[in-house]
Amino acid sequence: MSISVLNISKRFGDFVALDDVSLEVPTGSLVALLGPSGSGKSTLLRIIAGLERPDSGAVHIAEEDVTGTSPQERGIGFVFQHYAAFKHMTVFENVAFGLKIRKRPRAEIKERVHELLALVQLDGMAKRYPSQLSGGQRQRMGLARALAVDPKVLLLDEPFGALDARVRKELRLWLRRLHDETHTTTVIVTHDQEEAMEVAETVAVMNHGKIEQTAGPVDLYEHPSNEFVMEFVGAVNRLGNTFVRPHDLEVTLVPNGGTREAMVVRLVHLGFEVRVELVGDGGEPLAAQLTREEAAGLELAPGQIVYVRPTKQTTFAA
Amino acid sequence: MRRLGLRGVALAYLAVVLLGPLAMIFYKTFEHGFGPFWDALTAHETAGAFENTLIITAIAVPLNTLFGIVCALAIVRRRFPGKGLVNAFIDLPLAVSPVVVGVSLFLLYGRGGWFYGWFESHGIQILFSLPAMVIATMFVSLPFVAREVVPTLREVGEEQEQAAHTLGASGWQTFWRITLPSIRWAVIYGVVLTTARCLGEYGAVAVVHGYKTTATLQVQDYYENFNQAGAYAVSLMLAAIAVIVLVGMVLLRPKEAPA
Repeated sequence: MSISVLNISKRFGDFVALDDVSLEVPTGSLVALLGPSGSGKSTLLRIIAGLERPDSGAVHIAEEDVTGTSPQERGIGFVFQHYAAFKHMTVFENVAFGLKIRKRPRAEIKERVHELLALVQLDGMAKRYPSQLSGGQRQRMGLARALAVDPKVLLLDEPFGALDARVRKELRLWLRRLHDETHTTTVIVTHDQEEAMEVAETVAVMNHGKIEQTAGPVDLYEHPSNEFVMEFVGAVNRLGNTFVRPHDLEVTLVPNGGTREAMVVRLVHLGFEVRVELVGDGGEPLAAQLTREEAAGLELAPGQIVYVRPTKQTTFAA
Repeated sequence: MRRLGLRGVALAYLAVVLLGPLAMIFYKTFEHGFGPFWDALTAHETAGAFENTLIITAIAVPLNTLFGIVCALAIVRRRFPGKGLVNAFIDLPLAVSPVVVGVSLFLLYGRGGWFYGWFESHGIQILFSLPAMVIATMFVSLPFVAREVVPTLREVGEEQEQAAHTLGASGWQTFWRITLPSIRWAVIYGVVLTTARCLGEYGAVAVVHGYKTTATLQVQDYYENFNQAGAYAVSLMLAAIAVIVLVGMVLLRPKEAPA
């Protein structure tokens, strides 16, 4: 079921949270809203859910205008950053909540809940309370609870933001696999570009209450529409008016026509890759990304003078 | 050592201010055995006084509990003009002397008061009767439930309620299944404090009671009429009820509340 956001604006006092934002989320897709804090991404998600009311504009879910309806009527699943677990209920009761509200027969509830607990790998935990679960387990419970009611759309608000890096990566992969199985239309809010690129097939980059660009991960990285997107979706060097990705900065030991001088400041070894931190002849910081072999061949050391040249660069019209 | 010193100070203070007087009443009540105590308790006036106290408490506590919860929800979960004022006004009964409350009831319901005419024409007596005593008690015991529930509601936050909404629960369902279970211990503690305050109310009721008495008024009455055995017996009963209510709450509360 698709989601259409049409010309939504929202203010909190003097602060413009969303400024005439439109977004299409096709049926069965997984779209990420990516942006720094205060960019309006969470507000947009909460407006889709009905937890916040827009000042103007409309929200359609499954071709139906739901702008004036309450969250309970929208048939959504919502996952909160801090889990919003029902603390006085067991894992089973948490997941069963939406089904009980819908007055489903007891046997059906039991079957469905156990099916979902198996799906989120919490089979043995049905009788525990949320306080007895780890953060990752709580969030998987949150997902099972949201999925229990067969939502038309699944909305996730920084779902892995409160978890440590490893659990985060695990759950990200798991969410992607879950989506490939269920094909529930999903919107995920995140400030982590790696997370957005890894999970979503379409990423909407937000800044100051506007969507700067909506595109697939490859397009976004290769053809950013402006400086903000360029800088937000990956590391970047700024050489005057042009932008160069660290892996597009060639490092040589001898000057050659188009090169400029730079000094090695630090070498950071990241397994397969080596990040070379440099300072350019104008004093500007630069970064180059080399493979381990390239770095070893150059025998770089801090303090060394090298020559750099962009192999690919991007310029934006002012 | 420092912690031991602090503990010593706290316990000594409690002993002097709280336990000493209670122990004294206990000693005086049973100084001449169980007989005088029993006689005083079963006396006609005593029974009547306790009956009034219980009736007043039975009306005031549920009403103030309901009001307290609604008020706390409004203060924490809603935005409305004058919210700060409401928040401040709830504490008023703690600040104002109960005697002032009693006198103000005179001004409202007494001859020449705003409400006098209407009740008079409908043949309802407010002053010098149970209604005025109930109103006075409700006033002084108003803040306790709201004051207990407000911080707990803030701490629990709104996310669980929002989650319930997204799962299809109505406002009413969310209140019964999510909000109330999260604040239940605050409500219970508030009810206990309210009950204790209702049982012990003296000042405001003393102004408006007329010929009706309550347990606290009966203590005063016995004492002034040199029936010291009676005064001690009723006092001890009042103290005992309060202690039982408090202990009962501690026992009821699970060691490890899941909330």
